[in-house]
Parts: sequence; C-alpha cells; structure tokens
Amino acid sequence: MSRTARVSAALLALLALILAACGSNDDKADGSSDAKITIFAAASLQGSFDDLSAAFTKAHPEYTVAPIVYDGSQALAKQIVEGADVDVIAFANESSLDPVTEAGLSDKGSIFATNTMEIAVAPGNPKHITTLADLAKPDVTTVLCAPEVPCGSASQKLLKAANIDVKAVSEETNVTSVVTRIANGEADAGLVYATDVAAAGDKLEGVTLPNADDAINRYPIVVPKNAPSPEAAKAFADFVLSAEGQKILKQYGFGPA
Amino acid sequence: MRLPRPLYLLALIGFALLLLPIVGLVSRVRWETLGDDLFSSESMTALGLSLGTAACATVVCVVVGLPMALLIGRTGRRTASVLRTLVLVPLVLPPMVGGLALLSLLGRSGLIGRPIFEWSGYSLPYTTAAVVVAQSFVALPFFVITLEGALRTSGISHEQIAATLGAGRWRVLSRVTLPLVMPGLVAGTVLSFARALGEFGATALFAGNAQGVTRTMPLAIYTAFNGVGVTQDSAVALSLLLLVSAAVVVCGLRSWREDAVR
Repeated sequence: MSRTARVSAALLALLALILAACGSNDDKADGSSDAKITIFAAASLQGSFDDLSAAFTKAHPEYTVAPIVYDGSQALAKQIVEGADVDVIAFANESSLDPVTEAGLSDKGSIFATNTMEIAVAPGNPKHITTLADLAKPDVTTVLCAPEVPCGSASQKLLKAANIDVKAVSEETNVTSVVTRIANGEADAGLVYATDVAAAGDKLEGVTLPNADDAINRYPIVVPKNAPSPEAAKAFADFVLSAEGQKILKQYGFGPA
Repeated sequence: MRLPRPLYLLALIGFALLLLPIVGLVSRVRWETLGDDLFSSESMTALGLSLGTAACATVVCVVVGLPMALLIGRTGRRTASVLRTLVLVPLVLPPMVGGLALLSLLGRSGLIGRPIFEWSGYSLPYTTAAVVVAQSFVALPFFVITLEGALRTSGISHEQIAATLGAGRWRVLSRVTLPLVMPGLVAGTVLSFARALGEFGATALFAGNAQGVTRTMPLAIYTAFNGVGVTQDSAVALSLLLLVSAAVVVCGLRSWREDAVR
C-alpha cells in the first residue's frame, strides 16, 4: 500500500512537472519595460500592423511587441471573451467589438482607419468584370465571405444596395481565403477589401465600385481594461492614431479614420 | 487480471483528459434555444449533408480500401512495409495541407484539374463530390491500417487449407478471409466513418463552404463560431448534435460487430 502511494505520488509529481514545463510561458518580469505588447488584429491588417509595430519599436525602443496574432475579428473576439491576455485589440469593424464591450472588458475604442470593398479578379481581368452585376453571371465563379464575418456583412450590404443576388460557390470565413482562391485561379471573382487588392500585388486586380461607400468599414482600436501592460498598450494605440501611423496605413490602401 | 495500482490512476487521468472537455462543452449549451438551433433548416441541411457525404466516403473507403488492405496484408514483409508507409502519409499530413494537395491536383489550375477544366468546363472544387473526395482522402488510411492489422493477425493457414480443398479465389475470400477479419473490417468502417464525419480542414480548403452543397457539420460549426452573438450559441448546439449523431452511428455499428464476433 505504502509502495503504491509512493509510486502514485511520484507519477503525479512527474505529470505535474511535465505540465508545468509545457505551460511555463515567458515569465512576467515586473519591470514593464521588457513586458511584450500582445496585439490581436484583424486578418486584413496583416502587412500594415507588422510595419506599424516595426516603426513603433524604432520610435520607442523601451517597448517590445510580441508577434501579432492575426485572425478573423470574430474568432479573436471569442478568444478575448474566453479570457485571452491581450494588450491591444484592432478589429475590422465596430460590431465585431461588441462581444468584448458587452462582456465589460473594454470600451468602444477609437476609429483608426477605414476600408472599402472592391471586386477582386485575376490579373488582366479575363472575364471582363466591371460591375457587381457581373458577379451573378452564370459563367463567373464567385467566392464571397460568409455573411457572419465582417467582410461578408459588408459584401451583403453592397449587393443588397445594388439589388443583386449572387450565388457564391463558397462562403469563406475570412477574407484571406477569398483572395487566395482568386489568386490561385480556383475562382473568377470575389468581393474583398481595397487593402487586400493592394497587398496581393500583381496576383490580383481590383475593380472599384461606384457604390463602395454603402459598405465602409471602420476599424476600431482599443486597449482592454485588463491589459497586462496597459501603459505600453496605450503608447502603441496612440502611435497607430498618430500622423506617422496614419501614413503607414495609407500606404496599405486604408482610408483615413 | 489485476493491474498494478498506479496504472489505474494514470488511466483515470487519461479518461478525464478525454471526457472532461466534452462535459465543459455540454455545460455551455443554452438549453432554452437548443431546439431552435438544432432544428433550424441550416443545421438540418448541414447534418444531412454530413451524414450523406460521410456515408459515401465510407463506401469509397471499403471499396478501394479492402483490396488495398488485402494486398498489403498478403504480400512479403518488405513490400508491405513500403506500402504501409505510403498509406500512412495522409494520416500525418495536417488536414489543411491535404486540402491544398487535393487542390493542386484536382483544382481548376491543378495538375489534372486544369486540362479537364479547359477541355470540358467541369471542375471538382465547390461540389458535393469534392467533399466526398476530401473525406475519403483523410479516412482511407484509417480503414486500410485497421483492416490490414486484422489480416496480419488472422494468418493464412485457413486460406491455404481452403485452397487445397479446391476453393477458388473468390470463394476463399468470401468464405474464409473476410469472415475471419470481420471485426477488423467493422472497426475500420466505423473509424473511417467517424473520421469522415469530423473532417474539416481538407474539406474547407478543397470543397469550400457553400450552404447545402459543401457546408458539412464541422464547417457549419466553424462558420457559426466565426459569427457574433446568437450564432455562437448555435455553434455549441451543432457540436453537441455532431457528437450525438457520431455516438449513435458508432454504437449502432459496434452492436453489429458484437454479433460478428462469435
């Protein structure tokens, strides 16, 4: 019996040790200077926020930024509500921040950029797509974002405003997969952000829409109430809103806040 | 047989690791809206599509997997180990990569897909058939490996005796080989069905996500999870539905298996 107890205790200790070893993440240094700023940003901010973070650490060497977590705004909101530690939240539209504000974790933040939608087509526009109505043509394979996600709700708004019904062959859960499908030639057209077209370089061509302002996305940035390093987080958010930050965003195709 | 006591403790920890998260999931269910979430036309469509495509994929697995397993199980050791490794490749590929691989072969700009598309205008992605292909791709290894193991352990002595007594190839296969490995065959079928039912990554990439055409349960759950508010509750409800339907199917097949084992 005592042997059993001893072996069990040893095994338990071993298991605890393994779990502890796996779970020990970067220990919080009390000097907030080497605390890393954790940023959750919408997928559409990918290139611009990498640049912003580089420019920010150049201007403020006392801070370090952890590798930025990019994903669909909704999935990120879910993780935040479930208790993920985050210093700065930057989402693709105001409504995706609602779950976070409703949970009492943050206020509404401030708008730092805007983004409009364009039709993305293959380089050279082989299907000669010029209007939203072309997306409904039977010989055009169209991919859209699912209505549940920000790019999808914006797409629906545009199509409704123009009174066009498009049957998408696939409804993607993030805008990046719409871009990828068109860039890889697996689809002819789709609705994506102006910034996605800018980021894709020569893999995609954008067709601007006359009624693009019917679905304009406002990007909020906010420091949540329980941010591990609030001071550094605020410095980063202020940098994004500053003239220098705005200049970087403009290079990536974002409109002014 | 009585096991050394510490093993019971470790086994208990293992069971807790597997089952407690599911208890957690059930605790998240909003019972008052459960009915609406489950019986909404969207979720029923997704469930029907999931069960249908998983069943098709399972049939594909049995039809091509059975000959594969027989081939591997009845060749020489060296050839068998090479073939087994080949079968295991899709098993270790992350499903997303599997989807990408399928696209690069069968997509509109894929190796085979491009000439077919240019010649006939037909392309596989975004169709229900693409879902079945993706599911078969990930489920087939499970079937083959399970059945092949059973074939190895059953040995060939019975088959040789049947052959010396004048039974032909088909007769040996249907009267001796298959009845002997029936438990393994059923286990492989159950496993590949369960794997097909839960398949997400390869389907999402290769077949896309269109309601009623390629949006299976896992994709419906993921789409709902990406939504806001109400749809998140339905994601949990749908997960529960998938869990229950998988359990029902697996239990049904298992009871059939009990009959198969003497």
